[in-house]
Amino acid sequence: MQPFRKHTGVVVPLDKVNVDTDQIIPKQFLKRIERTGFGEFLFYDWRFSGDGKKTGDFILNAPRYAKASILVAGKNFGCGSSREHAVWALADYGFRVVIATSFADIFANNSLKNGLLTVRLGEEQVAEITRRSKEIEGYQLTIDLETLRVEDGRGLAAAFAMDEFSRHCLLNGLDDIGLTLQHEAEIAAYEAKHPVRGAMKAILAG
Amino acid sequence: MGETGNMSPRTLFEKVWDAHVVAAPEGQSALLYIDLHLVHEVTSPQAFDGLRVSGRTVRQPLRTVATVDHNIPTTPRGLPIADAIAAKQIEALQKNCQEFGVPLFDMDSAEQGIVHVIGPELGITLPGMTIVCGDSHTSTHGAFGSLAFGIGTSEVEHVLATQCLPQKKPKTMQIHISGKLAEGVTAKDLALGIIGRIGTDGATGYVIEYAGDAVRALSMEARMTLCNMSIEAGARAGLIAPDETTFEYVRGRRFAPEGKDWEEAVAYWRTLASDPGARFDRVIEIDAAALAPFVTWGTNPGMVVAVNARVPELKSFAQEADRRAAEQALAYMGLDPGTPIEAIAVDRVFIGSCTNSRIEDLRAAARVAKGQHVNPKVRAMVVPGSQAIKRAAEQEGLHRIFLDAGFEWRESGCSMCLGMNPDILQPGERCASTSNRNFEGRQGRGGRTHLVSPMMAAAAAIAGHFTDIRDWRFQ
Ligand code: SF4
Repeated sequence: MQPFRKHTGVVVPLDKVNVDTDQIIPKQFLKRIERTGFGEFLFYDWRFSGDGKKTGDFILNAPRYAKASILVAGKNFGCGSSREHAVWALADYGFRVVIATSFADIFANNSLKNGLLTVRLGEEQVAEITRRSKEIEGYQLTIDLETLRVEDGRGLAAAFAMDEFSRHCLLNGLDDIGLTLQHEAEIAAYEAKHPVRGAMKAILAG
Repeated sequence: MGETGNMSPRTLFEKVWDAHVVAAPEGQSALLYIDLHLVHEVTSPQAFDGLRVSGRTVRQPLRTVATVDHNIPTTPRGLPIADAIAAKQIEALQKNCQEFGVPLFDMDSAEQGIVHVIGPELGITLPGMTIVCGDSHTSTHGAFGSLAFGIGTSEVEHVLATQCLPQKKPKTMQIHISGKLAEGVTAKDLALGIIGRIGTDGATGYVIEYAGDAVRALSMEARMTLCNMSIEAGARAGLIAPDETTFEYVRGRRFAPEGKDWEEAVAYWRTLASDPGARFDRVIEIDAAALAPFVTWGTNPGMVVAVNARVPELKSFAQEADRRAAEQALAYMGLDPGTPIEAIAVDRVFIGSCTNSRIEDLRAAARVAKGQHVNPKVRAMVVPGSQAIKRAAEQEGLHRIFLDAGFEWRESGCSMCLGMNPDILQPGERCASTSNRNFEGRQGRGGRTHLVSPMMAAAAAIAGHFTDIRDWRFQ
């Protein structure tokens, strides 16, 4: 996984609550068996009209946000389906950070596994960042995971929280399967005490 | 198996959690052992690839069970799959299961079905287990008193490789439902009523335990419907303590324990209920008798009102963000504020999905459809959750009732719940659906989904518009 330490980038305001993973990546793109290439389908039904042309009114299509790498949205971002494709699409499109007042649990977990930083800020801070990113052309934020701070160099500064272990994994880009396998002895001991049920052994017969 | 002793009172969730902690390293998430990992074609290919890249194997193939459900067609089996990309995904699962020795209930299996339907029906899902699947509606299995939750593909890979998952301990919420549901008001309405009250993020960060007389009175099918929708309130898992209803359902199922194993298992399962005095981080009280059949009007399951109510006025929303969301939702849904729900006409009806495709759901819908005919302007479809349910329904003659009434009778799968297969809505089409998500485009780009119970869906198919099932004249 790509480590995350500090990132500065252009902010695009989505200004929506309850953005669900069906919107982030519609189901017709879930049939791919690769992990890559989802970026072009991000927010597909909002970015493109039925005939595949770019829509005029969706904010991601505005040229001034073309290089955005920080997305800011309202509460409950990433709700709905567990599809990790939503995170792959955001990351592949070029996003490194999503800022919102709250995130759905599974989405936040999936983000963590892919080095996409989810930053929770208060309602007023999100509203202010949304306002500034609409008003100021090329508006940028710096998100520092080491100091747990968000800053825009224009007087806006905010602290955010993250549990220490998740932060440690993100900062170092750790493979958490490797971390779990350090507990091989405990896993084996647990399995010795709880063997596979006899009835399940017949399952391979179909 | 179970730990007893003079501990402080624990909840059902805490008992299942404690029994599965493999390691609790200082300053890190607990490592949980996973008893059962359900796998389907859409969220697994990248996980199996990950195993290959890192030279890992599936640690416990017999704790892993796969099926195909999300993108398969529901037209007669044996026809080739027209969608080449979907076919490739199905082939990838077949190949992966073979390579890693994972049992697969394939397209042509007599046991194929929606992953959350077949686990319970085969006796693979049992009380007290930890169950995961790369699908958010894994919460369904919580109906048995197991801790069951959806995971992403990276976590799928993690569980395949280690049979464990590092997890932060969630908070606990009890939803206590007293009283009795009125005739015509179902577990689906209960779920929608709860989400309408607490919102789609009302239980984010929590695990729900459903308790109270109204829950005890529910069948296992109804409990699965209720737990299934937990995720729609933001909770990754929703549990119900196992009781005689649970044991009756599980007993004698194909992979359920037998003989002495069964006796021991039941004795353990009886210890799982929350202890008197166990503490929840949050408690919500619901009066079942106050609930009505519900219909969603917007683009998330929390946008819901009783069938005899009206689409809300925009000024009824206190928060600016919610008002704007409602305005956008109504524009998408093509509805005006103040429209009576019963005045909304439908084009399509979908009875199916892991929420409402079990035999009891089909019986309820058939009771409404019996002797009636689908409105000529409506196309209606019944998609059983599994091949076993399809067989059972056909044995009871339910398919005849549906076919005679003009419903389509399909093969099992997820179908129009998410429209990954050819069963989709056309832009602007309005659908009464027994599924769980009314998100924009969920059932097809531009499609307008209203979530309802199976009875309400069947009644809408016949009437051509939403209608209060409490006034239905059954034939
Ligand atoms: S029926 Fe719908 S919600 Fe259930 S598993 Fe299938 S796609 Fe997901």
